[in-house]
Amino acid sequence: MTTASPSTVEYSGATYAPEEPGGDVWVLNLGPQHPATHTTLRHVLELDGERVLSCVVHIGYLHSGFEKLGEHLNYNQYVVVTERMNYISPQANNIAWHHACEKLFGIELTPRCKVIRTIIAELSRIQDHLLNVGAAGLDLGGFTAFIYPFNAREPIYDLLEEISGARFHNSYTRVGGLMQDITPGWPAKVKDYCLKTLPKALHDLEKLLTRNRIFIERTKGIGYLSREDAVEWGWTGPLARASGVRRDLRKDEPYLCYADNWDGKGSSAVQFKVPISTGGDCYARYLVRLAEMHEAAKIILQLVDNIPPGPVDVLPDGKITLPPKDEVYFSIEGLIHHFEQIMTNRGFQPPVGEVYGANETANGELGFYIASDGGNCAYRARCRPPSLINYQVFEKLVVGHQISDVIAVLSSMNIIAAELDR
Amino acid sequence: MRPDAAIDALKVQLPDVDFAPRPLLEMQDKSQEQMCICVPPDRLIEVMTFLKSDPRCAFEQLCDLTCVDYLNFPKATDRYGVTYSLLSLSKEHRLWVKCFANDPAPEVPSVVGVWKGADWLEREVWDLFGVKFIGHPDLRRIMTWEGFKAHPLRKDYPLIGRGEREDFERVVRESA
Repeated sequence: MTTASPSTVEYSGATYAPEEPGGDVWVLNLGPQHPATHTTLRHVLELDGERVLSCVVHIGYLHSGFEKLGEHLNYNQYVVVTERMNYISPQANNIAWHHACEKLFGIELTPRCKVIRTIIAELSRIQDHLLNVGAAGLDLGGFTAFIYPFNAREPIYDLLEEISGARFHNSYTRVGGLMQDITPGWPAKVKDYCLKTLPKALHDLEKLLTRNRIFIERTKGIGYLSREDAVEWGWTGPLARASGVRRDLRKDEPYLCYADNWDGKGSSAVQFKVPISTGGDCYARYLVRLAEMHEAAKIILQLVDNIPPGPVDVLPDGKITLPPKDEVYFSIEGLIHHFEQIMTNRGFQPPVGEVYGANETANGELGFYIASDGGNCAYRARCRPPSLINYQVFEKLVVGHQISDVIAVLSSMNIIAAELDR
Repeated sequence: MRPDAAIDALKVQLPDVDFAPRPLLEMQDKSQEQMCICVPPDRLIEVMTFLKSDPRCAFEQLCDLTCVDYLNFPKATDRYGVTYSLLSLSKEHRLWVKCFANDPAPEVPSVVGVWKGADWLEREVWDLFGVKFIGHPDLRRIMTWEGFKAHPLRKDYPLIGRGEREDFERVVRESA
């Protein structure tokens, strides 16, 4: 604990000046290891009593050089690293990475692959939001509100385990397709989840939190950011939409099944609404996430009944996807195709150029900027991390609030430090 | 959507600058191409301010700011390409702006005065590429620690590092 001089701070209309200029101002170090920060973050808070005078954020504790690794792993291998960025919804990272790769290669996915990817993207959105709204209760002292949604996340792990073999880090996508096809009974289980398990969990959660007076008083008006500032600071995703920014890449730059004519036979895009709030505070972010989960379930239910038949991979003519194992083991052409794909001096042959592909994930716009020199690995694999860009305004958001509100703001922003630092 | 109207407006506004507009990647469907312009460092702030404020451009948001080290890249002449990814919410178009810098002291002006959101992104590029942003209010390292000497995302930096993790002073029982 050290003393520092008191100062007047001002942001977004919230002004705070210490009542007694000679009062004790002390510095609290919150993190890097603290249960309430969830991940490895460090805040240096300058406090007057319990009020925050200033906040300085130190990040980088989990910097692991993911982007450097992306320059040394090929387009399929790097998917294993991308999902370590946001481990709360890893599948969304896989899909976003390969969305950018497929833009680079100029691949149009098969309709079956698009539908499966859309379902998985929405499942991962539900998975992410369930943890976040639960943690919003947990961080404010409501442990029960954490258990109900967390319990509902478990079946999603089971569902993903069934199709990919892994519970947590699935690595389910490949350039131009998927690791393998889904199992026959899988769509029925997804439907069952969206019709029974999820609505019950959301109902329980809403009853616990949405009109809970303690929760509302702890979150309403806390961590307010106006629409103009949200745009200026580069906010995307549920945070921006809670501040009134009308922006959702699924509507504005549609991809997968969010685009019209996704199967080449004139099918219309999936129907859903984009929840927007003008509240701009922690409570609005909670409500937007809650509404997004309902919409995600609606999207899944539209798709799950009629997943189109056919292959999940684009055909191996373009030497993009690995040929099926039957061909590899029983035909010479298949074996040659396979070896040409995986030998280190062959592999991918993308065009020379640069491309940016972005998806709307649970945290916001997750984009990958790939520079390619025509080689097997990306020349530069930049990730536009929504956590990093959302988080930089945090120092301004908590000024003037109580120290317990710092935790409320932090949990409402859903910062994933592995994605923050990469 | 291609930002052709924005590029045309920029050409009329600043006829003396060669922006060399080109797609990031040649595509069969021209309407899907992502457009990129090059701006010399001394005109960067002027161009960015125009791009943000002009109603035909209206790039309200700095979506991303990154850098590519073009060492040994095919046909590249400059080394560090600081890449700004601009997004217009009202016009729904995107534009990529590249500003090149070179050794021995790569520097470009900071755009924190234009978009506040550039703050940490410029710190990240400084940390990992060593490109200095002139006029940045607080240009500290962000991912690595203070005292780290190298800039690890440069192409001449090895994947396994240069032993920085072993550089710390050894703490023994007597010195602790």
